[in-house]
Amino acid sequence: MLPSVIGKYSLIFGFLISFPIFYYSFIDYKKSGNLDTKIISFSFLQLLFILISFICLIISFVISDFSNETVFNNSHTTKPLFYKIAGTWGNHEGSLLLWLLVLTLFVFIFLLTSKRQTKNYRILTTIFQQIIIFGFFVFVIKTSNPFSHIFPDPNEGLGLNPILQDPALAIHPPILYLGYVGASIIFSSALSATVLNYISSSWASHIKTWTYISWIFLTLGILLGSIWAYYELGWGGFWFWDPVENVSLMPWLALTTLIHCLIVLEKRTLLKSWVIILSITTFTLSMSGTFLVRSGILNSVHTFANDPERGIFILLFLFSLIILSLVIFFFFNKNQDRNSSNFFWLSKDTSLLINNWFMMYFLSVVLIGTLYPIFLDVISSEKISVGPPFYHKLIAPFLLFFLVAMAIGPKLSWIKSKFVEKFSLISFFGISLLLSSYLVFKLNIDFLINTLLLSTAFFLFLITFKDFFINKTKNISQKISHFGFALFILSVLLNNFLSSEIVTNLKVGESYDDGKVKIYLEKVEKFKKQNYESVIGYFDITDQKNKTEKFKPELRIYNQPVIITSEADIKTNLFYDKFLVINVVQNQNYFNLRYQFKPLMSWIWISVLIISMGGLTNLLYSRNEK
Amino acid sequence: MKKILIFLLLINISTAHGEIQNDKLKIEITKNLRCLICQGQSVYDSDSEFANSLKLVVEDKLNEGMEEEEIYIFLKEKYGNWILYDPELSKNTYILWILPLLLFLFGGAIIIRKLNLKKN
Amino acid sequence: MKNKIVPFLVFFFFIFIFFVFYKSLNQTNIYTPNVNLNKNIPEFEAKIFKSNESFSSKDFKLNEYYLINIWASWCAPCRLEHKYLLELNDINSLKMIGINYKDLKLNAENFLNDLGNPYDLILSDDNGKLSINWGAYGVPETFIVFNNKIVKKYTGPLNEINVQEIRKILSQ
Repeated sequence: MLPSVIGKYSLIFGFLISFPIFYYSFIDYKKSGNLDTKIISFSFLQLLFILISFICLIISFVISDFSNETVFNNSHTTKPLFYKIAGTWGNHEGSLLLWLLVLTLFVFIFLLTSKRQTKNYRILTTIFQQIIIFGFFVFVIKTSNPFSHIFPDPNEGLGLNPILQDPALAIHPPILYLGYVGASIIFSSALSATVLNYISSSWASHIKTWTYISWIFLTLGILLGSIWAYYELGWGGFWFWDPVENVSLMPWLALTTLIHCLIVLEKRTLLKSWVIILSITTFTLSMSGTFLVRSGILNSVHTFANDPERGIFILLFLFSLIILSLVIFFFFNKNQDRNSSNFFWLSKDTSLLINNWFMMYFLSVVLIGTLYPIFLDVISSEKISVGPPFYHKLIAPFLLFFLVAMAIGPKLSWIKSKFVEKFSLISFFGISLLLSSYLVFKLNIDFLINTLLLSTAFFLFLITFKDFFINKTKNISQKISHFGFALFILSVLLNNFLSSEIVTNLKVGESYDDGKVKIYLEKVEKFKKQNYESVIGYFDITDQKNKTEKFKPELRIYNQPVIITSEADIKTNLFYDKFLVINVVQNQNYFNLRYQFKPLMSWIWISVLIISMGGLTNLLYSRNEK
Repeated sequence: MKKILIFLLLINISTAHGEIQNDKLKIEITKNLRCLICQGQSVYDSDSEFANSLKLVVEDKLNEGMEEEEIYIFLKEKYGNWILYDPELSKNTYILWILPLLLFLFGGAIIIRKLNLKKN
Repeated sequence: MKNKIVPFLVFFFFIFIFFVFYKSLNQTNIYTPNVNLNKNIPEFEAKIFKSNESFSSKDFKLNEYYLINIWASWCAPCRLEHKYLLELNDINSLKMIGINYKDLKLNAENFLNDLGNPYDLILSDDNGKLSINWGAYGVPETFIVFNNKIVKKYTGPLNEINVQEIRKILSQ
């Protein structure tokens, strides 16, 4: 139908625009005078074509045009409108169109906002970005075309996985992509600046804005994914070190490290080579993530269509970009760090180096944990799993030192510092230690590691909180983000220690009572809905304070495709979450239920929001940064 | 008579204590087992048929007196290493565990070297 | 000289990674644990369907081929493979044992009445523990046993090719 046809040709035109963009960029490069405005116009035109294409795909979904293969595979007439629209980017082909949209959008905005930069830098950045865009166009048109036609036109689509029909999940991809595809502009810019020997303090100031934008979206994108997992998947967790989760975390770690390095580069003209490497690494990790998720190599909740042919293409494309970056780095990078005559161990410089050191360690743990099973399988045909225990064991001990360094580092001054706040730091640490020991002892859990973790988390929390009251607006964005991080770690730890769970079987009319919590199954209702059968259990749960609440967890048996989902009933407030899930037991007349009491759950989400707000503050008020 | 009652009481307490220990252990063990028919969930988190049966098996083995390690060995024999989320240290996984630590030391060495160069 | 080494090492490192990924693309990702092959059958004791008697691993005779099939009336793929099981029933030297997994007796009986009963013996596995003992994790799964060893294991429903393989094994 018409939108599909328009979309298809718009996509092809967008692809063809690559050629004039390359052409005019090459001609204008190294020529004197102002930037040829044709380059900007063509970039806009390319963006426009992609936008039209994307809108046409949305329309195809909304009108349920099943002659379009992508719509057929991923939609259904009975899906609510909001999810039909969201279905556009919830599939492989549509999400790649979203990649192209973000890639072209960012380079266009870059051209508009970089007028104060040198012409050659702008052109070269455009060229590198266009290489990425070109590759994606070829990939999409050749192997993942969202506008392929099937004949004859089916009457009905194959439906979308009902687990994906959730508001958080609907906006998770666009937000996440603005983050991780947005890192492309940092990549292109870094390569361009390397070639032109433009890696400098002023380049750092300029690229910082882009880095923050990408980072904020990436943080929020990951948050949305976790919120979805918690509310929708029904097991009460929000992070499982699943390969696909890891794949979004890795660019985040690299990007966070890059932000810290750019601060150093801007201030002290140091770490030039490392900044280039991090810039390349961040986008490379984003692209590798795309590869791993779509190629069928990884086995997880999230995997898209498993298609090795697509996998080979992305693999080749990805490695071409890597080789290109390596060639440029080794060939053009002249290590011209300013040699400081004064160097002291106790300084902000050193603490930022330590930050880098630990962050790269964390990144390597996640990277190795995710990729190792693949390597082992190829080399020795042994299949192993690498799950949460691995990550926890390797990260926890180092996190201790990292948290302490985070508390002390920002207080040091550049080059050399006198340790003036010794007294308050030590006393805060002492307080944290006492508080944590007491708590851990009362909870009767593994003493040593938990006490240390909790102490360092409290310590960072107290210090970052106190810092708000000193020198109020100085470094405000760093204070906000670091406080957010401390709150995050503290919430996760306390939530982990204080959560409790009851698993039991009940028949209708039966009660469970353990002295602390009473659970009564009043009745169970079954009825048929539009595209699923529903089983709802009506529970009365009375907590320790004798407050009774009604819970209605639901089990849904979908028919298109056949999937059973568990809709937990979650009662959230600022201090705790109460989480109830029901399950049918095969061939029995009783129901299995899982009730979880989870303190401080909301604070986990709020703290990540605070972290991203720190970044936003920097974008809005960057005058007070030091 | 009193002695018998005390004896029974003590046995009750110790088995009750044993049961609580076993419950805690069962949770720990099932959190470490992969649900083989789910896409990325532990046996503890999952309510699938396989997971529920496996929870019963773990409970049985614990009540028989098997240690955590022995249960893992038993299950590895049936299903392979893939069922464990904690990749135990073996000739297949030395690199997995050591590599991040090596990289950490390597990073530290580079930093110290660079800083020493600066100082001189 | 030293400055040349680092780039070369880095390049080779990435080329190596490329080849590992390339190779892994061509491998399938469906995990079928093959650990049980040539292992001894598990020790077990199970109730016979619809009777109070039990059957144990000790009751396996030597020099006889057994086919163990885990099935359930609520399992759709089990319906699909059932005709192959009936086919294999023609082989007199093959003893077929069904393990009825987490099923209601009535439903299981109806299933067999509708589609036919290829089993010489049916065992009940109400809680799934027996299947785990055998190293199965879903339904249907099929084992070929000879001399108390698992000779072949099929995960998922049987198909034509599997049936040929089984005939071949039996004719040796």
